[in-house]
Amino acid sequence: MEKNKHFLVGIFDDHDILLNAVKHVRKQGVKIEEVYTPYPVHFLEDALGYKRSFMPKAAFGFGALGTSLAIFFQTWVMGIDWPMIIGGKTHVAIPDFVPITFELTVLLSAFGMVGTFFGTQDLKPHKVPRVFDRRQSDDKHVMAIDLAANSLSEEELTALLKDVQAEEVNRKDFTDKENKGSFIEYVVDLFTNGVTESARSLNK
Amino acid sequence: MQVVSKVREPLVTGGKTYKDITEDICRPVEAAPNPRWLAAFGVSVLLLLAGGYYLGDMLWNGIGKWGMNKTVQWAWDITNFVWWVGIGHAGTLISAVLLLFRQKWRTSINRAAEAMTIFAVICALLWPVVHMGRPWIGGIWALPLPNTYGSLWVNFNSPLLWDVFAISTYFSVSLVFWFIGLIPDFATIRDRATTKMSRLMYGMLSMGFNGSAKTWMHYEAVSLILAGLSTPLVLSVHTIVSFDFATSVIPGWHTTIFPPYFVAGAIFSGFAMVLTLMIITRKVYKLEDYITMEHIELMCIVITITGSVVGIAYITEFCIAWYSGVEYEQYAFVNRMTGQYWWAYWAMMGCNVISPQMFYIKKARTSIGFIFFISIVVNIGMWFERFVIIVTSLHRDFLPSSWLYFNPTIHDVMSYVMTFGLFFTLFFLFSKYFPVVNMAEVKSILKDSDSKVYKSRRTISNDVLPEADRVPVEEQG
Repeated sequence: MEKNKHFLVGIFDDHDILLNAVKHVRKQGVKIEEVYTPYPVHFLEDALGYKRSFMPKAAFGFGALGTSLAIFFQTWVMGIDWPMIIGGKTHVAIPDFVPITFELTVLLSAFGMVGTFFGTQDLKPHKVPRVFDRRQSDDKHVMAIDLAANSLSEEELTALLKDVQAEEVNRKDFTDKENKGSFIEYVVDLFTNGVTESARSLNK
Repeated sequence: MQVVSKVREPLVTGGKTYKDITEDICRPVEAAPNPRWLAAFGVSVLLLLAGGYYLGDMLWNGIGKWGMNKTVQWAWDITNFVWWVGIGHAGTLISAVLLLFRQKWRTSINRAAEAMTIFAVICALLWPVVHMGRPWIGGIWALPLPNTYGSLWVNFNSPLLWDVFAISTYFSVSLVFWFIGLIPDFATIRDRATTKMSRLMYGMLSMGFNGSAKTWMHYEAVSLILAGLSTPLVLSVHTIVSFDFATSVIPGWHTTIFPPYFVAGAIFSGFAMVLTLMIITRKVYKLEDYITMEHIELMCIVITITGSVVGIAYITEFCIAWYSGVEYEQYAFVNRMTGQYWWAYWAMMGCNVISPQMFYIKKARTSIGFIFFISIVVNIGMWFERFVIIVTSLHRDFLPSSWLYFNPTIHDVMSYVMTFGLFFTLFFLFSKYFPVVNMAEVKSILKDSDSKVYKSRRTISNDVLPEADRVPVEEQG
C-alpha cells in the first residue's frame, strides 16, 4: 500500500549549530525523524538519544566464533582425522595453531561485523535511499521532521527551526514505497526514475 | 570557545570550505580523462601485456624458463613476493594504526594508501601462486579442502600454510576496510551524478548510504573496530612471512630478529611507495592543499625512523651470527658482505641505511624533488634486501659441490615488470574513477583549519601566506 509522507526539512550550515538545534528541538517535545550529515558529527547520536552501537558486540561474537572454529578444525585434522608426526612435534601442537587461529579470528570478526552493519542498516547495492536534500552528502546538515508524527503545525515547526538557526526550511513530500525490488528491477527503475527516492519523487 | 593552536600547521590549507572539498576531489572523477592520464595508463597496460606474455610463456613451458637452479630455488619470485607484501603495509598502517593513535593528518592520504595496499597485495599474491609452476592445481592444494585423496589435509604446522591464511586474510580485511571507507564518498558522487551510467555505478557502490546519524554512528564503530583488527593483522602478516625463513635451517635465515625486522622493513618500503605515489597524485590532481608539505614531512620522518630500525637489524644479524659461534652462520654473513653478491649487499646498505638519514636535514625533507628521489632509492634498497636475504643464503648451501650463481633470465625480469604494469594499471584506474582523498574524513577535520582559523593561526608568520589570504597588519592583534 502506498502512502504519502510529508516532512519539514531544516538545512544547517555548521555542525555545532546543528547539535544545539537537535537538543533544543527535542527539548520542545518534537520528534525528529532523522538527521543527515556529510561527515560523522560526534555526540550527535547522544543528542538524538540513540543507544550505543552494538557493533563491538557483533565483532566480539564473530571473533570468538572464528577462534573456536580454527582451534576445533586444526585439532580435529591434525589430532584425530589424520594424525601425523611432523618435525617431531606432537599431533596437537597448540603453539603452531596460533597463527591460523589468529587470522581466522580476525577474518570472521571483520566479515561478521561488516555483514551485521550492512544487514541492520539495510545497505545493499540496489537500495534506493531517501535523500531529503542533495547537499546532505556535500556541505549541509539536514534535520528531517515528520509532520504527521508531531502535534505542532507546519508553521509552528518552521518557526521553531528558524529559531534554532536553520539556514533554510523546506517541505519535502515522498511517496512511501517500500524498496523490496530485485536487482534487475532496480536497474530498470534507475533508468526510468533515478537512483534516490528524492530523484524518483522529482520525476513523478 | 574553540581552542586553536598557534604552533601547529593547519591540516588542510588554502582556506577550503566543505563545498570546495567536494568540488576538488570529485573533479577528476567527473571530468573526462586527461591526455596525461591516458598516456600513463597506456604505458602501464603496455607493461602489463608485455610482462604478461613472458609470464604466460613461463606457465606454458614450465618454471625452467626462470633462472632458478637446483640451489637457488627461491629467487626473484619470492623476493618479489616479500617486497610487494611489504609495500602494502604502509596503507594499513596509515589507515588503521594512525586512526587508533588519533593522528588527524592521515585523513588526506589514507584512501590512496589503502588502495596501494590492495594492489600491492594482489601483485604479491601472484608470486607464490605462479611459483608453484602449476597454479591451477597448487592454488587448490594450498587450501584445507576435502580432496580426492581421502583424509589428506594441509599441514597446519607449516609456516607456508600460515602464509596462505595470513595473506588472504590481510587482503580480504584490507579490501573490506577500503570499501567501507569509500561508501560515503560514493554516495556524494552518486548525489552529484549527471549521467545514468554514473548514477548506476556509484548508486550501486554506495549501497544506498544516505548519511543518517544512526548509520554514521554504526559506521564509525565499524571503522574503529576494523582499525583495531587491522593493526595486529598488519604486524602478524609480515611476521608470518618472516617465519617462512626463520623456521628453516638455512644459515642467515633462522634468527629470532626476523619478525620485527621484516615488519619495520615493510613499513619503511611501504611509506616510500606512498610518498612516490602521493607526490605524483598531488601534482597531477592539484591536491597540494590536502596533501600538504606537513604530510610529506611526517612521512619522511617515519621513513627515517624505520630506516634506522632496519639498519640496526642489519648490524644485529652480524652480532647474532658472531655470538652463535656457528661457523656456517658466520660464513653466511661474511659472504653477504664480501662474496659474489657484495654489490647487492652494499646497494642495500646504501639505499636503506644511509639514504633516509638525509631526512634529518630540514631542507632535505621539504624538497619535493629530493624526497621523490629518495623514495625510489628506498624501494630499490628494500628489493635488494629481500634479494640479499634469499639469494645469498641459498647460493652457498651445505654442500659445496652444489654452489651456484643465480642469473635472472628475461622471463624473471619481465614477470617482475608485469607486476609493475598490473599495479600501476589498477592504481590509475582507481585514481580516475574513485575519489583519491577521503572527503568525509577530511570534512570532519576541516573545522580546525578553516579559513578564519587558518588566518588567525598564521598571523605570526603572515608573510608566508598567499597574497589573497594575508591579514592586514592592523588586524593581526
